[in-house]
Amino acid sequence: MSDKLLSLDKLSIGCVAPPGGSVANKTGAWRSMRPVYKHENCIGCRACELVCPEGCVFGNAKEKHFDFDPDYCKGCGMCAAECPVDDIEMVMEEK
Amino acid sequence: MAEKQEILEGAMAVAHAVARCRPEVIAAYPITPQTHISEELSQIVADGELDAEFVKVESEFGAASVILGASATGVRTYTATSSQGLLLMSEVLWNIAGMRLPVVLACANRSISAPLSIWCDHQDAEAIRDCGIIQFYAEDNQEACDQHLIAYKVAEDRRVLLPVMVNLDGFLLTHVFEPTILPDQQLADRYLPPYEAVLKLDPANPATFGAFTEPDKCMEGRWMVHDACMRSLPVIEEASAEFEKVFGRPSGGLLEEYKSRDAETILIAKGSLCGTIKDVVDEMREEGTKVGLLRIKTYRPWPTEAVLKAVSGAKQIAVIERGASFGAGGVMTPEVKETLYDAGMQTPVSGFCVQLGGREVPPDGIREIVDRVASGEKQTAYEYFRLKTEILPELVPGA
Ligand code: SF4
Ligand code: SF4
Repeated sequence: MSDKLLSLDKLSIGCVAPPGGSVANKTGAWRSMRPVYKHENCIGCRACELVCPEGCVFGNAKEKHFDFDPDYCKGCGMCAAECPVDDIEMVMEEK
Repeated sequence: MAEKQEILEGAMAVAHAVARCRPEVIAAYPITPQTHISEELSQIVADGELDAEFVKVESEFGAASVILGASATGVRTYTATSSQGLLLMSEVLWNIAGMRLPVVLACANRSISAPLSIWCDHQDAEAIRDCGIIQFYAEDNQEACDQHLIAYKVAEDRRVLLPVMVNLDGFLLTHVFEPTILPDQQLADRYLPPYEAVLKLDPANPATFGAFTEPDKCMEGRWMVHDACMRSLPVIEEASAEFEKVFGRPSGGLLEEYKSRDAETILIAKGSLCGTIKDVVDEMREEGTKVGLLRIKTYRPWPTEAVLKAVSGAKQIAVIERGASFGAGGVMTPEVKETLYDAGMQTPVSGFCVQLGGREVPPDGIREIVDRVASGEKQTAYEYFRLKTEILPELVPGA
């Protein structure tokens, strides 16, 4: 039935899509603010990774190093708000 | 033929007609004046007369959501509502249309608050006019029953795949006892074979209905709803013709031309009000006034061609409505004007809101409208007919 489904370049009746749509649909363009992961005071608590509603924060707690995926980050600012050591800053998206 | 007339209440007759369409999932929440439809259906299911799942929900939003999900699994579904209930469903109804699910529902037309009223007008159905649901309007209970069968036939046709809503005037039809023929089960089965979905929700083949689209596709996705609506016009005519063949009586269709072929003044209306209008047309015809009625049975899609053909000989037209667009004018009136304008015609069209919240328009009101437009009176704005200005308060308090 996959030929009857929505794909990247074709619609389907009822806009019925196969699984994997939220990976194919990049939501980065929705952003007006972007987080900057400063990599200065990180304590590796993983709060940013856990609160991100897009699941687009990656990193390593042992190395105390986290960053976000700009293809999917919507710029909601939750990671910056929750970081206990202010190691994430929201700046205007300019591009 | 095993069909016989019985004296039935409108809502109950509709419930039994729906049962004979064999829906497999029904979900509904009670609201006056729709309640008798879903109450009776739940009784029919409880009595074992219909093998269906009757889902008791917490609201109309829940009812529409259950029906959406059930329809996506590929089964025939049904719900019914009125007024605020339809508005509460509306977010889901747009989705049902966009997902191209052939849901059938009834709207027992009732006014919208505020002020609170339980009585009939068409503002509920007209509020969701643009969502891609096909809308039928019944004049009497027989038609309301028959239109349900035609609704499934049209909704499930692969050229269409859209929800269809049958409108029947609250109380004026739902609570009135009329001689009605319920469709014979064998004939209903012949007319409506089991529904077979093209795509369905299936855990073995996961899929998302109504998925996300970027701006490069969304407009085309929405346009397909419009396209399917337009495609339904000939399908509605075919399904109505087949109904007549199977059941031996005419029903359904896009519109009814009542003594309008040679009429100088044509009235345009929908719903049970057309019964009163036909009586006035008969009387005035006897007195020599060339007046006729164009009754809109399919309001969405708007049957442009058929309307144009039906009114092309008229000298003047009056649209008589049970609705309004606050801050603008009428609802159906501008559509009639657009139809004429696009065809390069300048026939004067007057619009009258005769009833909101169950106000009765007596025959002399219809007669007055005919006399006024026939005398060449030019209308400058949609008219709230016989508005009782004497009961209005100071409109700008403290002015
Ligand atoms: S701004 Fe929001 S979406 Fe972007 S990485 Fe932070 S939490 Fe995730
Ligand atoms: S929330 Fe802040 S401190 Fe915690 S892991 Fe993320 S960047 Fe590091």
